[in-house]
Amino acid sequence: MGSVLRFRKLYFLEPNLRSNGSSETIKDNKPSLEGLKVDYKHVKSQRMEEHKNMKKKWRCLDSCCWFIGCVCTTWWLLLFMYHCLPANLAGLNGPEPPGVRLKNEGLAPLHPVVMVPGIVTGGLELWEGRPCSEGLFRKRLWGGSFTEIFKRPLCWMEHLSLDSETGLDPPGIRVRPVPGLVAADYFGPGYFVWAVLIENLAKIGYEGKNMFMAAYDWRLSFQNTEVRDQAFSRLKINIELMYITNGNKKVVVVPHSMGAIYFLHFMKWVEAPPPMGGGGGPEWCAKHIKAIMNIGATFLGVPKAVSGLLSAEGKDVAFIRAMAPGLLDSEILGLKTMERMMHVSRTWDSVISLLPKGGDAIWGDLDSSPEEVHECDLETKCYIQTSSKENSTKHEDTTPHFQLKHQTNYGRMISFGKTTSEQHSSELPVIAPKELMDVTKDLNSSEKCGDIWTEYGKISRKNIQRLADNKAYTAATLIDLLRFVAPKTMQRAEAHFSHGIATDLDDPKYSHYRYWSNPLETKLPNAPDMEIYSLYGVGIPTERSYVYKLSTSEKCNSIPFRIDSSAEGNGGQWGLRGGVYFVDGDDSVPVLSTGFMCAKGWKGKTRFNPSGSATYIREYQHKPPASLLEGRGLESGAHVDIMGNVALIEDILRVAAGASAEDIGGDQISSDILKMSEKVNIKL
Amino acid sequence: MSSTLRRRKPDPNPTPNPNPEEDGLDVEDIKKPKKPTIKKNYSCIDNCCWFIGCVCSIWWLLLFLYNAMPASFPQFVTEAISGPYPDPPGVKCLKEGLKVKHPVVFVPGIVTGGLELWEGHQCMDGLFRKRLWGGTFGEVYKRPSCWVQHMSLDNKTGMDPPGIRVRPVTGLVAADYFAPGYFVWAVLIANLARVGYEEKNMYMAAYDWRLGFQNTEVRDQTLSRIKSNIELMVATNGGNKAVIIPHSMGVPYFLHFMKWVEAPAPMGGGGGPDWCAKHIKAVMNIGGPFLGVPKAVAGLFSAEAKDIATARAVAPGVLDSDLFQIQTLQNLMRMSRTWDSTMSMIPKGGDTIWGGLDWSPEEGYAPSKRKQGKNDTCTQNESGGGVCEATQASYGRMVSFGRDVAEAPSSEIERIEFRGAVKGNSVANNTCRDVWTEYHDMGFGGIKAVAEYKVYTAGEVVELLEFVAPKMMERGSAHFSYGIAEDLDDPKYEHFKYWSNPLETKLPNAPDMEIYSLYGVGIPTERAYIYKLRPAAECYIPFQIDTSAKDKNEDGCLKDGVYTVDGDETVPALSAGYMCAKGWRGKTRFNPSGIKTYVREYDHNPPSNFLEGRGTQSGAHVDIMGNYQLIEDVIRVAAGAKGEELGGDQVHTGIFEWSEKIKLKL
Repeated sequence: MGSVLRFRKLYFLEPNLRSNGSSETIKDNKPSLEGLKVDYKHVKSQRMEEHKNMKKKWRCLDSCCWFIGCVCTTWWLLLFMYHCLPANLAGLNGPEPPGVRLKNEGLAPLHPVVMVPGIVTGGLELWEGRPCSEGLFRKRLWGGSFTEIFKRPLCWMEHLSLDSETGLDPPGIRVRPVPGLVAADYFGPGYFVWAVLIENLAKIGYEGKNMFMAAYDWRLSFQNTEVRDQAFSRLKINIELMYITNGNKKVVVVPHSMGAIYFLHFMKWVEAPPPMGGGGGPEWCAKHIKAIMNIGATFLGVPKAVSGLLSAEGKDVAFIRAMAPGLLDSEILGLKTMERMMHVSRTWDSVISLLPKGGDAIWGDLDSSPEEVHECDLETKCYIQTSSKENSTKHEDTTPHFQLKHQTNYGRMISFGKTTSEQHSSELPVIAPKELMDVTKDLNSSEKCGDIWTEYGKISRKNIQRLADNKAYTAATLIDLLRFVAPKTMQRAEAHFSHGIATDLDDPKYSHYRYWSNPLETKLPNAPDMEIYSLYGVGIPTERSYVYKLSTSEKCNSIPFRIDSSAEGNGGQWGLRGGVYFVDGDDSVPVLSTGFMCAKGWKGKTRFNPSGSATYIREYQHKPPASLLEGRGLESGAHVDIMGNVALIEDILRVAAGASAEDIGGDQISSDILKMSEKVNIKL
Repeated sequence: MSSTLRRRKPDPNPTPNPNPEEDGLDVEDIKKPKKPTIKKNYSCIDNCCWFIGCVCSIWWLLLFLYNAMPASFPQFVTEAISGPYPDPPGVKCLKEGLKVKHPVVFVPGIVTGGLELWEGHQCMDGLFRKRLWGGTFGEVYKRPSCWVQHMSLDNKTGMDPPGIRVRPVTGLVAADYFAPGYFVWAVLIANLARVGYEEKNMYMAAYDWRLGFQNTEVRDQTLSRIKSNIELMVATNGGNKAVIIPHSMGVPYFLHFMKWVEAPAPMGGGGGPDWCAKHIKAVMNIGGPFLGVPKAVAGLFSAEAKDIATARAVAPGVLDSDLFQIQTLQNLMRMSRTWDSTMSMIPKGGDTIWGGLDWSPEEGYAPSKRKQGKNDTCTQNESGGGVCEATQASYGRMVSFGRDVAEAPSSEIERIEFRGAVKGNSVANNTCRDVWTEYHDMGFGGIKAVAEYKVYTAGEVVELLEFVAPKMMERGSAHFSYGIAEDLDDPKYEHFKYWSNPLETKLPNAPDMEIYSLYGVGIPTERAYIYKLRPAAECYIPFQIDTSAKDKNEDGCLKDGVYTVDGDETVPALSAGYMCAKGWRGKTRFNPSGIKTYVREYDHNPPSNFLEGRGTQSGAHVDIMGNYQLIEDVIRVAAGAKGEELGGDQVHTGIFEWSEKIKLKL
């Protein structure tokens, strides 16, 4: 240190001594040969010049160094002061966490808790990879800090893709889910998923032995998690173990998002005989499960998944887009990020499980949808005519003018052009979905387009135009559309998932696993004492249907469809905005999807719920965080943030500590889910 | 910014600024001379800032270069220096076509497993589910007394103190790395992964290593958890039995498990008498202290073992100084004495195994000589002659007070019975009371009595500990036993306290199972101690290893008051090898079904250069987990090989000769 300072002092004196250096330089430029002396002089002057140059450079460098030093010092000082700060500084403290309050009420752990994370929230780590991923053994590729995306994006995508034929690992690559509570407690640093719930459970006395995180590879189809990783067997054994070691107390299962249908699948699997099932016998669920507390469950699918599959545009079917939106849409790196993303996500079978289920019966047809009444209520200008029209026959002709203004056709999940979305069904060109399938594809279109496998390259422009001419797609015809634009993906995935409604549940075909995750094609297990809750947030506009346009881009392999973000409705929080029709929901899942089964489909003894398991709906009205200090909010209703909702945590804690649904207040409904459910006419 | 630039400009014309109030708002102002006083005031801070900036920038530059460096660069450098690297054993085995076959279960040892906080006092705010043990140990420095408080167990029950819940970390992360960069299981896991292993066929049986073995089941149901996970893995891997790899204290822990799982409920797991035969292919014990570790004695006696808690190695200076007025050593002793598990390591088998006053199995053998000459005994070695005179007399005397006593023939030692000695009333010193070491209960009389007995053999050491720490040993004796069974069919041996002692239990009835003992040799390992009394001071531990006692010869077996024998630096070869070399060999009463046993020793070779890290041929207790040869053996067995295919026994020490000297009814 001393010497450095001395050097600097010397150097500050130098300008005065060196002022005569410039004259010598001029002399030296003459190309004379005066022997050593000149050489010497030359060298000397050069050195001087260097010195001068250096001096100038050093000045700048110096100031830079100085500046950096200043910043660093200040930063350290602040950091130090921050660390000296007592952890519980008055004022910074939020309200007492629910766990502490309930512990003071005397709650203690009773039932073991099983957590089932949803899509994308679980971490994935590398077990075997290509040379480009060297040094990442057992490091997280998904979850955590995501630094690898930026460091080696192509490598990262390659490793996260699955095999496009089998939907399993590509050869030479093994990416596996992170096990244990760490799998999904935090998604990124500071972005909690389960952490708040875990902490509150721990406050009343839970710990590793009576909490279990059923981490699974959320990219795979549900049955494949068993085939490849034995995830179901693992879950079964762990539930049995916790049941025994906790004094024969049944478990409380808390699935989130896609975890809800994953757990539906599990319940069918565990009671089905081997080899397809787990061979737990028909009483397994009744014996081991006290309650299932679905949080933001995607029972009947998510419209967002449609746009995700069609054009990789869902707002967060992959969180990536939210994390780095600019990066994805630009082509800075020549990466065609969107197309690659689409390629990656299309190899994930699980995405297909999120497509809307139940077709037109649930989601509405060209002219009506369950949510329309609801929308009228919200906007408080409901025309009696509208509802009377709904109740009367569909063939009744009403004026287009009237409809344009007041009716939103949520049932048309995809419409090409804003007008299409508003026209009456009779004005739409009718092309039967079957016809679509017959259109011959031209396969010679784009060999040169490289390896990006979005399947769009195989469809000719003409056919795309024909697709767009069909104008509007409902939940049922949508599946046909996807089958057309992504034949391989759908073919692969539909071996694992089904999206219909069963007419006869006793049909032996329903014992196949592809129906197990669809609540409309399975019966609940025979467990009359089991309780099923649906906990979800409401009060946030949620994507429900889309206005599309054809993309103008002619580049090979580009995605030909785009959400028409110029399509705007007539104001309001609900309705059309930026090419998307919004309804009430939790930002990802519409109320209809998450609430219908518990509100009607399973309520009482129905054919889907033959043993009459009790169902409850608990809605949490969304309130944005009041201040910055609250972080993501204590009363949030958003799809993931709801995991930090104090009221929801309290409900779960009470149930885990032994409360029944009546103790926590039974149903708690603030949306129009009951009215919507009334409008859905399916055989129960 | 402009003002800062100006400040740093050298001042050719030091005339004072006529307008002092015009303070750097103009750009022109930069050219103007400044007041020299201001320059002076700032120049020191300026310089500091400049310097810090320089350092930071260089640091960042280096960091950037380091990050930009391809990952294979260090390996490239190493290969350039020391010739091509051998293939890691995983790659080698993969090339040979070995594949996943048997699921693998790891059982970590003492101190290597991570512990995390689930519930704590106020002072531990914000550390929920953060590691208290393992990882960076940052909390030790930040809030030492709080940390000690949380790591301690209740000294009556040996379980959680009220209001504190510290639990083992679960999963492979529990013990893959002990601290950043300090691998334990990570290398083995990585190599197993190369041949295709992954989470579904590897299981880390993490347990709270502070508890008595049975208490891990009582509190955390750890044994049930291990049982159901082994069952699950065997079922999902096509019925292939599991290969168990315990390390260090994991070895007696797994012995305990094997008895537990077949014992009927409620004390046992109710798996039935053929559970082990059905589910276990092989138990590959790494560095197993089957018969205990002498180090544990020193640790319990005076908290001085070199690494019974690695904590001491992590921060030796801090522990020995009184820097923070917290009596580190005493606190540490209080903490480690609340851990029942340390008592599982007390030498078992008494004088029969470890030697009496006048003999010991290892005498006439010096570890450091073996490599130089081929001579197996020191007497043949001229330079070592004197050394072994001492060793002959002393190994059996596990604790002796004074060097002369350690070397004197037994007839010359005057011993005054310490049992029943009155523990004198010491001056009640309440400042020491809170440090619970039990020494203050002994008083001067007790301490004197201990010292006057002069010499303690392995059997007497247990009694010594019972005398100096009665409460602790009483708690521990409910969980562990250190004797040799006369009659193994005695119904008392059904109690769990005998399960972890191989000399008081039978192996399960599983004739197809294989038991390996893999351990490093060639490192001097603590075997017996020379103690001295510490000058009386109320708050200190009264006994101390007499570090002045050492041989004149550099290669001597006595160094710093410690007699060493061959071993892996922690466990003497005798303890690790005896059971597999003789106690269980063939059909014995300890091994009624005739389970095959193998001894495989790995000769220690220190890493040849710095880049090798902790070495690929190390034999040290923990570093052996990175030994390529050992890893290869493990992979081969996991891929289906039998003991004979590995080459059967592989012995460097005189373990078989030593075993012959031990007169134990088999």
